[in-house]
Amino acid sequence: MNSLIRSTARCMRSGAAVCLLRPADGLVRAASARFLCAAADLQKDLGEMVKKDKVVVFMKGTPAQPMCGFSNAVVQILRMHGVDQYVSYNVLEDQELREGVKVFSNWPTVPQVYFNGEFVGGCDILLQMHQNGDLVDELKKLGIRSALLDAEKESK
Amino acid sequence: MAVSADHIREKLIKELEAVHVDVEDTSPERCAASFKVLVVSAQFEGKPLLQRHRMVNMCLAEELKAIHAFEQKTLTPEHWDKLKQQ
Repeated sequence: MNSLIRSTARCMRSGAAVCLLRPADGLVRAASARFLCAAADLQKDLGEMVKKDKVVVFMKGTPAQPMCGFSNAVVQILRMHGVDQYVSYNVLEDQELREGVKVFSNWPTVPQVYFNGEFVGGCDILLQMHQNGDLVDELKKLGIRSALLDAEKESK
Repeated sequence: MAVSADHIREKLIKELEAVHVDVEDTSPERCAASFKVLVVSAQFEGKPLLQRHRMVNMCLAEELKAIHAFEQKTLTPEHWDKLKQQ
């Protein structure tokens, strides 16, 4: 948290506006100002952002209100597995973030899903992982038990 | 440069030695250039999903700059044959 405060202070000294990146879980985290800070700062911040939480999603809109069919699909798939508590960033709120995350992930589209700091893929990949059972395994590696396993148990 | 489905198809066939390519222009359903592709190539064999998708992304790197939404399915010839039989 201290490093975020320091980087915010640095940006404020340079005259930039403070941008509050509001992850969709409702917790407000102060982030360095995207607008005037160098793109390199954003890439560094992204490196930290994706590692801070087990599941990180860059999407259009929020989990409560997705603004794109593909982003919605990611939210719904995660929800089916009981994954409701995760950090998400709305790229529609921040054009630099929207472009920066594509550079960071070397991936041309949004949504983008990260597990334990590692890029998983977009909607297509998450959907295929869900269909072929890989998603349950990947969540297990994160220490998350998929809700589908319990659903299976109940139906037996 | 307006990206066309044919252009995408040709590039995928040429650079990924794809034996089968379906390109669907889904732009009418969205407000900007959007495509859905199915690529079948032996080059995908043994490669995890993310790597396959990255291969397609690299092949279409220039085009993707102008494309708003992109869906892709990557199959090996073996998998594709199995699907066709179903």
